[in-house]
Amino acid sequence: MSQKLPPGLQLEKVDDRIMTLNVGPQHPGSGHMRIILKIDGDYIVHCDPDPGYVHRGEEKMAEYRNYITNIPHLERPVIHDSCNILYPYCLGVEELLGLEVPERAKYLRVIAAELNRCVYTEYWLGIYGIFLGHSTMFMWPVGDRELLIDLLDKMTGARVTHAYFVPGGVRNDVPPNFEDVCLRQVNYFEKRLKEYADIFYDNPILISRTKGTGVLSREDAIKLGTTGSVLRASGVDFDIRKKEPYDVYEELDFQTNVLKEGDSYARSKIPWLDMLESCRIIRDALQKMPKSGSVRIKLKPKPKGGDTEVYHRVESGRGSLGMYIVSNNKPEPYRLKISVPSFRNLIAMPHLLKGELLGNLPPVYWSLNYWPVEADR
Amino acid sequence: MSSADSTEIEKSEDSSPVYEFEKSLSDSISKKFSNVEIAYVKQNRIRVNVKKEEIIDVASFIRDELHFDHAESVSGVDYPKDKQIEVVYHLGSYTDPLLSKQILALATRTQREDNPHPGNDSSKLPSLCDVFPSVSFHERECFEMLGVYFDGNPDNRRLLLPEDWADIPPLRKDFAIKGR
Repeated sequence: MSQKLPPGLQLEKVDDRIMTLNVGPQHPGSGHMRIILKIDGDYIVHCDPDPGYVHRGEEKMAEYRNYITNIPHLERPVIHDSCNILYPYCLGVEELLGLEVPERAKYLRVIAAELNRCVYTEYWLGIYGIFLGHSTMFMWPVGDRELLIDLLDKMTGARVTHAYFVPGGVRNDVPPNFEDVCLRQVNYFEKRLKEYADIFYDNPILISRTKGTGVLSREDAIKLGTTGSVLRASGVDFDIRKKEPYDVYEELDFQTNVLKEGDSYARSKIPWLDMLESCRIIRDALQKMPKSGSVRIKLKPKPKGGDTEVYHRVESGRGSLGMYIVSNNKPEPYRLKISVPSFRNLIAMPHLLKGELLGNLPPVYWSLNYWPVEADR
Repeated sequence: MSSADSTEIEKSEDSSPVYEFEKSLSDSISKKFSNVEIAYVKQNRIRVNVKKEEIIDVASFIRDELHFDHAESVSGVDYPKDKQIEVVYHLGSYTDPLLSKQILALATRTQREDNPHPGNDSSKLPSLCDVFPSVSFHERECFEMLGVYFDGNPDNRRLLLPEDWADIPPLRKDFAIKGR
């Protein structure tokens, strides 16, 4: 039956219903990144992430600086997790230069890396809280994060940009009473973490907003090459610390956290479980660490790598972080590629948001454990 | 680096260690494809150099027979002296527990133009998007940073660089940072 319309009016075409919506790059919820959405009413029909607003050319800069002067700028992509982004770089340069790291330095590295993982995750969790309108979940993690920053301050001398890892060990030893202070703070921190469950993870509002939204199946998680908390929330047991242990992770007692649901709730819970696991790792490392000894090998100025290439990866706060270093007998790397977890997890975003409600954008987007600055490098 | 695996390593006559498992993987590739060059076999790391015409076949073989299931990174490396640009795919496996430590670097090379016109010159490679969907964004990045066009990638647009970037691809060696 043909519909008779009053003169001057016509029926809406399907294409007219679709509206393009830019989220970001200045939106506080997008972080320095633009998400171009096509929406039909309240439903997202197409999502096109547009990163690059904080691209700083780290890889190009690295080709102009020698292996030691590269350290401070390479931690810039993710300053909250600066130890973990320097970790694969140092492991790679150590293989190139043939260095053996002292035992005590290996433990100090693990402690610093785990503290940094917690610092990053607390920051991420705070933003996740404010994304969902839960302002207490912003205040608590950001407040508790200060405890760990104080510890790292004592350890490295800087609050966030530590530049603590150097090829051949760590930059300096810790102060004499560090072990006791660290143990005390970490124990208190762990107690605080358990309180997060009451206010956030068992909160019916969080559960209703995140359970069942943005489900990533196990097959898709593998196919899209996601990593870290995104991968482990989809039921794939893959943690570099367990699967390809570096430094002393083999000797430490911890487990990997895996959930099967693959929804935003599981993805937001894994980093919190990881923080609890980090507390165990730190306590274990403090106990097993040699009480004295060298923490750094003395290097010649401007050491040269051989004519070879290395690829090393570690488990950062967001997932597997790899560094591919090509060396050509010069003090500078010929090419340095940083394979960052945020960039790898970004591939899942268009896949997850298609068909979701617009209101589910924040819980799905931030549950990807995405750090825009790191993805852009 | 770690001493845990040292028991499995046999010393060969020229005293360089032989990694049996890694060797078996690389042997199965070189047995199937005669033109493939095994660049090195190190602990947990293998590198395979292939011609660009063969890369899809080799990648499909690596996925179907050797069970590598995702790409960790795709890196472009510029070699102006050879007039070539190299693209290295670092492949890993989540599904096969035997391969969880392994990273297989699959490398290929394409022609390098002195005056690049990204997308409209001879710097082209077949895309591995159909074999490993995880490479899609990495190949996009490689295209804008080095000017290598990936035939078959559904999305070869700019990703990280500004939309009005008019200079040559910045990770090429002839692009110099100011003041350096």
